[in-house]
Amino acid sequence: MRAGRSLRLWRVAAPLAVGFVFLCVWEIVVRVNGVPRYILPSPHEIAVSLWTDGPSLLGSLLVTLRVTLAALAAATVLGGGIAVLFSLSRILELGFFPYAVMLQVTPIVAIAPLIIIWVKEPFLALLVCAWIVAFFPIVANTTVGLNSADRNLLALFRLYGASRGQTLRYLKLPTALPYFLTGLRISGGLALIGAVVAEFVAGTGGTETGLAFRILEAGYRLAIPRLFAALFLLSLTGIVIYLVLDLLSRLLLRHWHESAIDEEEE
Amino acid sequence: MRGIGKRFRSGVAALAGIDLDIGDGEFLSLVGPSGCGKTTLLRIIAGLAEPSEGERRLSLGPDGGGRMSRERVGFVFQDPTLMPWGTVVDNVLLPFRIAGRAGPAERERVGTELRAVGLAGFERAYPRELSGGMRMRVSIARALVTDPDLLLLDEPFAALDEITRMALNDDLLRLWEARRTTVVFVTHSVFESVYLSTRIAVMTARPGRIAADLPIELPQPRDRGLRTSPNYAAICATVSDELARAMADRSR
Repeated sequence: MRAGRSLRLWRVAAPLAVGFVFLCVWEIVVRVNGVPRYILPSPHEIAVSLWTDGPSLLGSLLVTLRVTLAALAAATVLGGGIAVLFSLSRILELGFFPYAVMLQVTPIVAIAPLIIIWVKEPFLALLVCAWIVAFFPIVANTTVGLNSADRNLLALFRLYGASRGQTLRYLKLPTALPYFLTGLRISGGLALIGAVVAEFVAGTGGTETGLAFRILEAGYRLAIPRLFAALFLLSLTGIVIYLVLDLLSRLLLRHWHESAIDEEEE
Repeated sequence: MRGIGKRFRSGVAALAGIDLDIGDGEFLSLVGPSGCGKTTLLRIIAGLAEPSEGERRLSLGPDGGGRMSRERVGFVFQDPTLMPWGTVVDNVLLPFRIAGRAGPAERERVGTELRAVGLAGFERAYPRELSGGMRMRVSIARALVTDPDLLLLDEPFAALDEITRMALNDDLLRLWEARRTTVVFVTHSVFESVYLSTRIAVMTARPGRIAADLPIELPQPRDRGLRTSPNYAAICATVSDELARAMADRSR
């Protein structure tokens, strides 16, 4: 279909065009007004910094990424597990859910210092901070999903004498999968934010330095182009995490869920 | 192992003083206005809901004793009620999977059932790839795959277009003629119920009662030709009159 294909083209071309125009305007404004680079570097200067500082920044990125991915994995396992426990016992859900919310609404910046004091191992401290931010969307979404099973299908399972385990495995878990994946996509971004916030609070702590610390450091030294370069890498990472999780979601749901079906297909 | 006699009496607001015996191999339709508790009655028969009064009893076999095994009931809902994440085979295999045996013999059985409802070749399709009528066929195949003694259908064709509905009526009739499973069929279509049933129970609303219990003495096997026969028209008129009287009684 022609309309469909051109739409797909625009999906890539439009954001690229907007970005390009934005960078051009930025470059022109900086050059014409002679804005000093310690206030606002031009895209060109940032690109140069990205090239020269790239290798060392990538090393820092790996540190941050390790924390992020470990936190996301922990959030997936523990968040999913807690949601399953909630679905098995309503009392458990009623008792613990408010505390999960409490953990979620407490700003991580405020409790990160405590966690860093309590947890001696720096990597683990960062991991805990990122996990606290990342796990709630998974718990909340998966819990809703597990409770959303079709009522007639539930009746059918009862009719055939299904055990709780069977109902969970064949009905509730598949029903919850799209909800879980939505939570996972949100958590992917949040885990990165959590890791960055924790690094900001922790400083170096005498260990390997993550990307967030490089941003702080560049700020102190007025190495603003490097700061922007690090920032750019950080958002790029966030986008890549989102895209990977989105792809995963589409692959898992491609046969049956509306969200994973191309508009043109219907 | 064939046949069910059932006595049932309930007295909630939804249903009141219902006595109903369902004989072995009968095709019984429950006809009535919406809100008359047809679905509730069906769910009670299935054991999905408990009556607040009275008792339901299932007799099995010549001795009339014993509990009916879970697998001996098939239920078809108003919606196809399929698992969207499973293929057609996954869906029809579900009763066996829950029973903890989904081996080659059961898969063979699923294949046979899918051929019987005219879905051969769609085994690996997902529900969203099928039309409404085909989804309903999957649902019927799932209900029949365990070879139930009692098949319960809750307005299964209400959401389908006329042409699909007639085709499915014929298919259901053919399936029933081949096995003589006891069927309880809920519908609000007089024409559908007369075409399919050996017996019709007309129900009234609030509280649901059985106002008339009519045997349908039409020749078998039945086919499309019946729909235009005068005999069929006369019985439809009788059932419609009963329904009208039942509703007039209520409003009086």
